[in-house]
Amino acid sequence: MQKTNDEIHWTRTRSLMFAHLAIWFFFGYIIHMFVNVLNQYTVPILKFPLGFYMAAQGSLIVFVVMLFVFAKQQDKIDRQHGVAEDD
Amino acid sequence: MATQSAAERQSFMRSLGRLYGLYTGGFLGFIVLLAIMEQVGVPNRVLGYLFVFFTLAVYGVIGVAMRTAQVSEYYVAGRRVPAFYNGMATGADWMSAASFVGMAGSLFLLGYDGIAWVLGWTGGFVLVSILVGPYLRKFGAYTVPDFMAFRFGGNFARFLAVIVLVCCSFTYVTAQIYGTGLIASRFLGMPFEIAVFAGLVGILLCAMLGGMRAVTWTQIAQYIVLIVAYLTPIVILSTKRYGIPIPELTYGQAIQEITIREQQLVQAGLATVCSAANCGATTLKPHITPFINYSPLNYFGIIFCMMVGTASLPHILMRYFTTPSVREARVSVGWSLLFIFLLYFSAPAYAAFSKLEVYTNILGSSVGSLKPWLFTWGELGLIQICGKNAASLDAAVAACKAIAGHPGVVRFQDFVINTDVIVLSTPEIAGLPYVISGLVAAGGLAAALSTADGLLLAIANALSHDVYYKMIDPNAPTIRRLAVARVLLFVVAVIAAYLASTKPSDILAMVGWAFSLAMAGNFPALVMGIWWKRTTTAGAICGIVAGFGLCLFYLVCSRYFPGYGVKYFGMTSLLNPLTGQPIVDIAKAMAMPNAMEAWPTLAHPMANKVGWFDLNNINCGLLGLPVGFLVIWVVSLLGKAPSAEMQALVDEIRKPRGRTVLEEKT
Repeated sequence: MQKTNDEIHWTRTRSLMFAHLAIWFFFGYIIHMFVNVLNQYTVPILKFPLGFYMAAQGSLIVFVVMLFVFAKQQDKIDRQHGVAEDD
Repeated sequence: MATQSAAERQSFMRSLGRLYGLYTGGFLGFIVLLAIMEQVGVPNRVLGYLFVFFTLAVYGVIGVAMRTAQVSEYYVAGRRVPAFYNGMATGADWMSAASFVGMAGSLFLLGYDGIAWVLGWTGGFVLVSILVGPYLRKFGAYTVPDFMAFRFGGNFARFLAVIVLVCCSFTYVTAQIYGTGLIASRFLGMPFEIAVFAGLVGILLCAMLGGMRAVTWTQIAQYIVLIVAYLTPIVILSTKRYGIPIPELTYGQAIQEITIREQQLVQAGLATVCSAANCGATTLKPHITPFINYSPLNYFGIIFCMMVGTASLPHILMRYFTTPSVREARVSVGWSLLFIFLLYFSAPAYAAFSKLEVYTNILGSSVGSLKPWLFTWGELGLIQICGKNAASLDAAVAACKAIAGHPGVVRFQDFVINTDVIVLSTPEIAGLPYVISGLVAAGGLAAALSTADGLLLAIANALSHDVYYKMIDPNAPTIRRLAVARVLLFVVAVIAAYLASTKPSDILAMVGWAFSLAMAGNFPALVMGIWWKRTTTAGAICGIVAGFGLCLFYLVCSRYFPGYGVKYFGMTSLLNPLTGQPIVDIAKAMAMPNAMEAWPTLAHPMANKVGWFDLNNINCGLLGLPVGFLVIWVVSLLGKAPSAEMQALVDEIRKPRGRTVLEEKT
């Protein structure tokens, strides 16, 4: 059976959601589980231990950038399927 | 106002930019003016009062000028707040007294483990944007219970959602009003109760007449004050120490110096490092070493609960009801996090600079040569040296002399600092003029007031819109609806202020609890309601009751009925994260006469110290969330699928285009 436009829109929206959730989970949790390993490295110039840096700044920067990227990507999907709002 | 044309929107943006630009310039000019007054010799106390009253007056004027008699303006600011400005307002809404004053202190005390709070209070916005916020905006609700009622068959679901909302928001708002009292009393020397009352007036002026519309535009003004206040001292300090005005880049060096200094202190016999044998409050916990204060389970638990809690707290979600479109709601979450990020990624810098100062200039120096800034805080009981409040140099010297075998220099275990002092004392440590201290106080007040406004509005709106209008009198005319909303807002505010003035002992912990409660009560139902069409009314209701109930039970039992928890519910002692040993001897504690005491104080040997799976009770959402999801899933599958109309409406929510699903009479 052919999928309707709305169904494809939703499938793509859902994949985008899972992709971003995966990045969120990686930078929110996974990477900090290796803090002791990462702390053996030092961020050049700034002199932070890497594990500490990722928790205090790195992950936060990723979250901020991610949100703007997500807004853009989702809007693109909406537009391609004609379900975006008028400008 | 969904029909605003692009040209109208642009001119609206421009005039907003002009207004807030003017406001920011005026605020900076005001700081300069006060700085000049200080040089001329105006006493500090007058400057402090000027700061607080001037800023309060500005918020009040905005609040009154934005009064409204329209329902949609009152509840969702007419849905025309541009993404950028809604981001700022959300930033102020989000950052509370605890973020502004307390967070840097926690990072000072806990080192790496404290970063759990920084991560938890930022990453949640990702969930807001991808899972919940924009969909609720499309739905077109005034409140979160509105959505629950619509999706899950009416007033019973609405009623449950109101209970969840009030449980998590009320304690939170009380903590904010408490925070205003604390800041005003410390900085201005006002009696605590009067300061609480002053804070109450400030909040009411902003919120009562204009509802969401007034709160939005004051929160933007408050954000500007709070971020300028937070960054100014630390930027100056960083420039003085390292020549670069970006503290977030330079504090890596401070951390390196702290680590070196920690080793020196230990070698000189001035501190003992926390070890498996002894890791109490008197031992040094290296700043960058993880999992000394929290076990990995609790560390990641805090991150998870704060993140998911963010995406479930009604006063945050309702901010995204105010944007002109779904698209702007998404962009607005990005702006929100950017504005919040500015403060949160600076907080660890505060902690590092303060710690370096304490470790180099206080620890290891002779008691007789302590710097005078210490004693202003010592007088208030916030800094102790050798076990006594460091009210003066003589008091500190005498206290240390009284300890047998004291070497005469300050050791690690001799120095105790209240965490609130870290941010508040930084201007003095940096040797900055008093005007900067006044600025920091004004910033702290702005943080507390703006969060209190948002929370209060969430509670009062749920009571007036959901309980009164939707459940009691659906035919009430507009005038009466707004009158009821204002009266309820006033009543809730007064009750919260009264509670705050009694200084309840759990007040600060309750802020953390609010996140877990919101998460267990709201998150599964919201997410399943949007993302799984098959979710049924029965499933959602059972899920909310089970998840929220379990979370609440775990909290109340481990805090207020620990003896019963051990005896009847198989709770055991929490474990020391480093040694893995129980932190209380349960057998001994259960044999004591007060073992089965109900509602004990924090001094009770088992209060907050027992639980299941070594799970701190602040993380009770970790129990409630999976149970909530599971129950919704199972019960939904057992029942009949929701009607075709309901499924079609869920489809509507998923598409940004078109009218909102719920159209309110205004």
